[in-house]
Formats: sequence, structure tokens, C-alpha cells
Amino acid sequence: MTAPLLEVRNLRVEFPTRRGTLTALDDVSFEIAPGEVLGVVGESGAGKSMTGNAIIGLLEPPGRIAGGEILLEGRRIDNLAPEAMRKLRGRRIGAIFQDPLTSLNPLFTIGEQLVETIRTHLPLDAAAARARAIELLREVGISAPERRIDHYPHQFSGGMRQRVVIALALCAEPRLVIADEPTTALDVSIQAQIIALIKRLTREHGTAVMLVTHDMGVIAETADRVAVMYAGRLAEIGPVQRVIHDPQHPYTTGLMGSIPSVGSDLERLPQIEGSMPRLDAIPRGCAFNPRCPRAFDRCRAERPPLLQANGTLAACWLHDPHRRAAAAGPDWSEGAVHG
Amino acid sequence: MAEPLLEVRDLARYFDVSPPWLNRVVERMPRQILKAVDGVSFSIARGETLALVGESGCGKSTVARVICGLYEPTRGSIVFDGRDLAAIADRREMLRMRQRFQMIFQDPYASLNPRWSVARIVAEPMRSHGLVESSREMRQRVEKLLTDVGLAPADADKYPHEFSGGQRQRISIARALSSNPEFLVLDEPTSALDVSVQAQILNLMRDLQREHGLTFLFISHNLAVVSHISTSVGVMYLGRIAEIAPTRLLFERPLHPYTRMLESAIPDISMSGKSRTPVAGEVPNPLDPPAGCTFHPRCPFAREKCHIEAPPLLPYEGARVACHGIHEGWVPIHVHPGALAAD
Repeated sequence: MTAPLLEVRNLRVEFPTRRGTLTALDDVSFEIAPGEVLGVVGESGAGKSMTGNAIIGLLEPPGRIAGGEILLEGRRIDNLAPEAMRKLRGRRIGAIFQDPLTSLNPLFTIGEQLVETIRTHLPLDAAAARARAIELLREVGISAPERRIDHYPHQFSGGMRQRVVIALALCAEPRLVIADEPTTALDVSIQAQIIALIKRLTREHGTAVMLVTHDMGVIAETADRVAVMYAGRLAEIGPVQRVIHDPQHPYTTGLMGSIPSVGSDLERLPQIEGSMPRLDAIPRGCAFNPRCPRAFDRCRAERPPLLQANGTLAACWLHDPHRRAAAAGPDWSEGAVHG
Repeated sequence: MAEPLLEVRDLARYFDVSPPWLNRVVERMPRQILKAVDGVSFSIARGETLALVGESGCGKSTVARVICGLYEPTRGSIVFDGRDLAAIADRREMLRMRQRFQMIFQDPYASLNPRWSVARIVAEPMRSHGLVESSREMRQRVEKLLTDVGLAPADADKYPHEFSGGQRQRISIARALSSNPEFLVLDEPTSALDVSVQAQILNLMRDLQREHGLTFLFISHNLAVVSHISTSVGVMYLGRIAEIAPTRLLFERPLHPYTRMLESAIPDISMSGKSRTPVAGEVPNPLDPPAGCTFHPRCPFAREKCHIEAPPLLPYEGARVACHGIHEGWVPIHVHPGALAAD
């Protein structure tokens, strides 16, 4: 395997509040290789967007990185000065956010916004930057870009706006793109077009992508590997096929089971009882233990690290090699989720 | 099929979105009419669930709102339990009728008054319809309803901010059930929720439907959710129904090219690794819909006739579809048997 493009090691993000410090991200570690698409899934509040924001240095105060390190191409970026970080953002790391309307300035034409961004990061004159902007718009599938470049954001539909935002994120040829729910605000047919676009562009440019979404369908089609987050921690990380079809963490199993799909004819969807704990009430041990149908004493006392589990890494004591050796041949087929 | 509880005939709702009078006179701007819903007919049998699906702007939520009386229909009639709602002149009779309808909205954060306790929120429909005699009876009923939707009786004294999104949606459901309705209109009830919570709410809806013999009109953009919850599905496009069929049939044998497009566009976890051909184009501007069949600019099968003549919604082997090509036999039909078979 080539050297990772992005390394996140033991990342910890804290929010000091009047009633004590909340830990929003707790010991999160993962890597993204060049050209790889890593999907990050989880329910709202699991910390998936927070991870993206921590990487691009856009944590909302009073949130701060309290531990761990983030490396881009082998160099630490979590301790950069704001000005250096600002240069890095856009040049080396591009960002695509959920709502294309709020990512664009309504008072400027998309051409002005693209040219400004291009010239901030690349040594091009106005004419060359405009030519590049038109080229980018064509690449993201906007027809008649020579004409459309002088239009304002409100003259574009939602799907077209998101294409413009993608063009903005890619204009300095970043090595890494962080896409935070890029298709959530869009209709399904447009969603499919945007997914195809992100896939094609990253393949052609060899860009690595961190794709944050709550939509497993989008992950399944786009990502190479997937990280499942729960209560600010990584529950499971592994190749997308393995995680979807043979999840090893009981939370992932429950999450996959609860997704309605057109192919199934179940009377009731399998459901996970309860809801994710709040940041101020994360239980001791494994954060998932109160909802886990397979929890045992150790889960309530000791937090599990990521353990090797049948091709993926899962933060679950079920995969502790000592336990497996002790309980020879455990019955893995037992129902992992309440029916 | 059982007698329909709700029947909607040729329902239409137009919105006047014209520029102000002065601009129309000075700048000679024309009047602009948005035909949000334009001639929709369907019926729902007692105890069944009809889902209306479509992309944003197709008019599905407007249909829901017209049925619940939040908008007046521009044209057409709504017949509930054999009575034409427009023909009811007596206010008190209308109220009694309305009590049998309830609506659940998408956003559980916006649909609950943050200053009211849960008890007051849930009791409101009972109070406004005068269904209970004493406050003790009301309290008992609120507690019973909260238990029915999976909350605790003690939650009655809390306020909405103390609950998560899924729990709030349960409160909305308890409120909707408090007037003992027979018919619920659910407008994207799970779209704002996480998948695991969505599963809880969908299961709850099914249980309540069975226990209370409820009839649902379910509005959604998510075909997977719809395939799970509904007995029949109407696919809407630009204010009209493109195709309406029993759920199984719709997924096994989608007729209308738009239905097929929607089905192939769903990102599905079982599709993992495969690539699919995304559909071209977007929904046209509803203020200026294309002539003829409104889907023709995106339709791979469109012919001359589709540009000129709007296709009527006609029966076709168990379904009803508005497509010239299907009825005249020049759009190939693909059947996927077992598309809905059990895993």
C-alpha cells in the first residue's frame, strides 16, 4: 500500500461548557490513501461532520482539538496557524458542503467566485483563470459554460448549484476533498448524477475523498472503505463490501438492518431500541452497550479498542482474541438485533 | 376491493404567483399561475396505505394539504366516507368530519409548540373537538396515548426540547391520534430522522395502523420506505399522477418511464460496487411546464405525439398509467419478477 494521503491519529475534540467538558470526538484514527474514497457514516450527532471540520480546521468555537494529530502527506496540519491553514484549505483540501445555496455568495456571479478562488491558489492571470473556470464548469457537466459562467447562483437549480460547488472545491486540484452530505439536499435523480460526477472526477484526478453522509446507499455506490461512527467514536472501519454485507459490530448490524430497501419484503424492519446517548451521558465502557443485544460485563466496564474482525476493524469485545479462544466456537449466527 | 374511505376526483390546486399588480401594468408582465396539482384522482380503501412519491415540486405535499383542508382546492372533489367535503355547509358537521382526519408533518422540531408541555400538545385536538369531559379523563387519555407511541406517561409534563427528533415525532403521532381519527395524512414523517429512528417510527406506524384500523396517505420521496409501508403507490410528476399501482406490481413491473427512472436512481446498498446510469436532466420549471406529456424532455422513448398531446391516466393490466407509449405498445415493458420477494 502506498503512503497514506491523510492520517488521523487518536483525534480528540472537546467542547468546554459551563457544565464540564464534552468530548465530541474520542480517539478517532483512520487513514485515507491517494485516490481512495472513504465513506464516513453514522447518525446525527455521531461526530462525522465534526471529524471533517477538524481536518479542515473549521471547528466551531469553543470546540478544539484536545489530543491526537492530523497529517496530510506526512506533515502535521492540526497545529498550523490560521493563515497557513487557510492557504491549505482550497489548495490541498477542497470542501463540499450539504447546502449548495449557502456555499455560494448570492451577490457574485459564479464566474467571479470561481476566478477568485482559482487566482487565490494558482498563479494565473484573469483571462487564464476564466478559461480554467469555464473548463471546470464543462467538466462538472454544466452545458454552455461560456454563457452560464456569468450567471448568479439563483439562476441555477439545486443540482446545478451543487455542480458549481464541486467545481469550486476542485478548482485548485486539491489532493483531498471533504464532501459533507453532498447529495442530501437533492432529489434522487439529481443525487445519482452528483454521485456519478464525484466518482468520475476523483478517479480522473486521483483525488482522495472523505465522503460524510448518513445515506448508506450513497456510500455503497461510491466508497472504497467505510468508517461507522457512534457517539464520537469509530465503531467499525473496513472495506465497504465487508462492512455492508458482513458487519462485525452489533451497531453496524443494527444500522444496516434498519435501512428499508426495495428488495426486501419484511413485515417489520429490524430496529435498534433506544437512541444514541448525548455527549454528556456517554456510558462507561463501550458507548453502545446499553442498546447492544450482545453486551456482556466487560462491555459495561472497559472501552474496546478497534480489533481485527473478519476483514474489518471493529471496536467490540466480541472480537477479542482471548475471548474467542476461551469460548471455543461461539455461535455467530445468533440474532444480533431485536426483531 | 373494499369501499374507498377517501376518494379524490380530478383534484387541482393552482397558486397565483404573479408579480404585483403595478409590475404587471407597467412592465407588462403576464399573470403567472403555478399549477401545483393539476387533475389528480385516486381512492384509498379502508385500512390501506396509499403512498404518493415524486421529486420536490411534483405536488405531493400540496395534495396532502388540500385533503386536510389547509388549502382550498381549485377544482375537483374530495369524498370522504361517501360524503363530498365541499358539499358540507354546516360548520359543526364539518368539524365532526375534520376530527376523523389528522396530519403528521415532516419536521418534528417545527410542528410542536416549544412553550407547551407535551400533555397540552397531545390534548389539544381532544380539547378543540370537545372529546373529553373532565381534565382527569384527558390526563388519562394523554398518558394512554403516550404509552401507545412508546413514550412514558411521565413524559406528559416535559417540554419538546427535552426530546430527540424521533421522540418528538412520536409526540406528533400521539397528538394526531388523540382525536380518534380514521385517516392520517403523513407528509414525509421520517425524512428528518436517522435511519435507525426511521425504522422505529415506520414499525410504530404499522402497529398503530393494525391496532386502530387506520388508513394512511403517505407522502414520501423515498421509494424504499414506500415499498416497505404502502399497499399502493402513486408516482407524481409536475402536478399529475404518472402511474398508480399496487406496490408489488409497481416495483415488479414499472410501466411509466419516469417510474423506471426513479427506481433506477435509488442508491441501494445491495447495488454496492456496481455502477448505474444516472438519468439525464432535471424537473422542468413548473411555471412553464413542457407541452404534451410533461416528462417528454427527459423520456428516452418520447415520440412526436408526446410533444403535443398530454396522455390521460388510463388502466393498464392492474395499474393505471399516463403514457402514450405504454397504451400504444411502443414502449417496451420489463418485468422484474420477485423484485419484492423476501430476502
